[in-house]
Amino acid sequence: MTTLSHWLTDDSPASRLQARLGRWYRMGLALWRNRLAMLGVAIVLALVILAVAAPYIASHDPLVQDLTRRLLPPSGDNWMGTDELGRDIWSRVVFGARITLVIVAMVAVLTAPIGLLLGAISGYLGGWIDRLIMGVTDIFLSMPKLILALALVAALGPGIENAGIAIAITSWPAYTRIARAETLTFKNAEFIAAMRLQGASTARIIFAHVLPLCLSSMIVRVTLDMAGIILTAAGLGFIGLGAQPPLPEWGAMIARGRSFILDQWWVATMPGFAIVIVSLGFCLLGDGLRDVLDPKSGDRH
Amino acid sequence: MSSLSDAQPAATGKMPMGLVRAWRLVSFIVRFAASLLLTFLGLLAITFFIGRIVPIDPVLAVVGDRAPRAVYEAARLKMGLDQPQIVQFIQYVGAVLSGDLGLSVSSGRPVVQDLAEVFPATLEMATLGIAIGVLLGVPMGVEAAAHRNSFGDQIIRVVGLAGYAVPAFWLGLVGLALFYARLQWVAGPGRLDVFYDGIVEPVTGLLLVDSLLAGETEIFWNAVSHILLPAAILGFFSLAYISRMTRSLMLDQLGQEYVTTARVKGVSERLVIWRHAFRPILVPLITVIGLSYASLIEGSVMIETIFSWPGIGNYLTTALLNADMAAVLGATLVIGGVFIAINKVCDGLYRVFDPRSR
Repeated sequence: MTTLSHWLTDDSPASRLQARLGRWYRMGLALWRNRLAMLGVAIVLALVILAVAAPYIASHDPLVQDLTRRLLPPSGDNWMGTDELGRDIWSRVVFGARITLVIVAMVAVLTAPIGLLLGAISGYLGGWIDRLIMGVTDIFLSMPKLILALALVAALGPGIENAGIAIAITSWPAYTRIARAETLTFKNAEFIAAMRLQGASTARIIFAHVLPLCLSSMIVRVTLDMAGIILTAAGLGFIGLGAQPPLPEWGAMIARGRSFILDQWWVATMPGFAIVIVSLGFCLLGDGLRDVLDPKSGDRH
Repeated sequence: MSSLSDAQPAATGKMPMGLVRAWRLVSFIVRFAASLLLTFLGLLAITFFIGRIVPIDPVLAVVGDRAPRAVYEAARLKMGLDQPQIVQFIQYVGAVLSGDLGLSVSSGRPVVQDLAEVFPATLEMATLGIAIGVLLGVPMGVEAAAHRNSFGDQIIRVVGLAGYAVPAFWLGLVGLALFYARLQWVAGPGRLDVFYDGIVEPVTGLLLVDSLLAGETEIFWNAVSHILLPAAILGFFSLAYISRMTRSLMLDQLGQEYVTTARVKGVSERLVIWRHAFRPILVPLITVIGLSYASLIEGSVMIETIFSWPGIGNYLTTALLNADMAAVLGATLVIGGVFIAINKVCDGLYRVFDPRSR
């Protein structure tokens, strides 16, 4: 164990692999020491595990109705009670993790690469391309995201995919800004000049040298944004524009529990707790990652 | 602004200072107006685009699906739908500028008329929300910065995190269940109890103001008890953001050397904080407050839905469910326009008042 950690923290790594693993090891160590960040890791891991192993963790079928067991309070059999159709809320929350994870992943996969690429191109090339891209980005940045997402889903039609697309369309500009700012900081660095002198094409420089360096600040930002994405998705679901019944989406579950909030409080409250915990997890993880990956940005207070 | 002052040191060297300032101001105003105009145009382009991708045929919505082909074609021509998209967009912008947002299918009235009626309710709630956020958030943030890592500071942190992680609509529901149903501290959904409805003649549209103008104190207190909870929930989110930003801004100031100098000179801690360190953060704080206000107007959509608050957010969600696209796009435009205007004005103020950003 000690030899391994010595090898990993070696000041003069013998290979690229050793250097890379060593860097990850140090970052992991820094993250490990941050208790709140580890709580975030645990929550996000729990979300993934819930989503992957949902059928094994859920105690009931999330879709099977049992009208004889309507609106039961939390008990040993139904940990979070049952809803108005007699479905087990705990099982629905567990399966809801899948939907949340799908939306979050979808938004991240759609927005981060677009933002990264546009930002890197904008920052690296400069000139009128930069002005054009940043002009459009600035316009999108000043838009109210939630309202636009609502209107977009209204036009596209309700559903998880459309909710994801709508959120993606409204959230890419922030990533473009970050990638551009990051690119500008090392655009005139010597290693980029060296690549250019060796005759590397612009595309090669952007893809092989600029993009990888923007990655860490992107990862931080995407993680921090996850909470907002989850809240927006849940909001869309709540209004009835996200996942459609009978899918156990957390926001939609809260909407259904709304009519029973005065007497059967658990129907609406339980999925809400799930949203709060998961959003909190991403916030904590994002804060921790920022301290490790991108210590110069953000408030360190 | 920075590029402006960078680009012209040679030219400004010969000009008198007054002229330079005037030139900068004019150039700033022109840029500001251009950026505002472009952003509004962008918003219009987006709502126009959304209106085009709706799978509802706008002609069918007008003539009905049993109309003969000739009637359909005539209506299509009359609505200008045979024109190229760009022409249609220009027509759309013209219509919006002249205050025509189309007819609402569900109310049968012009959308503009509907919006003018519901907007004051939203404004009232959001304004009360931001007032709560500023009055509590700023002192909390300052105190947290002054006593760093104290118990109070930790609480600010938790509140700040909660502001990011708690869904507003859920908090609204929980609030209703707790403070209305269980504790009965506040009144339930809506702006007024049913039997007070329609007594006060709307003058400003702000019920709290109107009821006082009419001298109906009973209605005023009823309105207060209705608005308190939704405004407090909006206020919570604004408080979370404002206190977090205030704290961060204050910590930046308290770390500066002039603060140490003041302390060494024996200035009392209270004066150091409120007279020395707090003043410089006023300008960025105004921006923070403006941003928060804009997001409250946007965020009121969810809260209004929960509290059946007859504002623009409730109007929007009702229209969404009725597939009343003219109303949806109209409400989107108004909320978006207000959002953008507040954002841009705050940004402009920041640039005018903060010498470093010039």
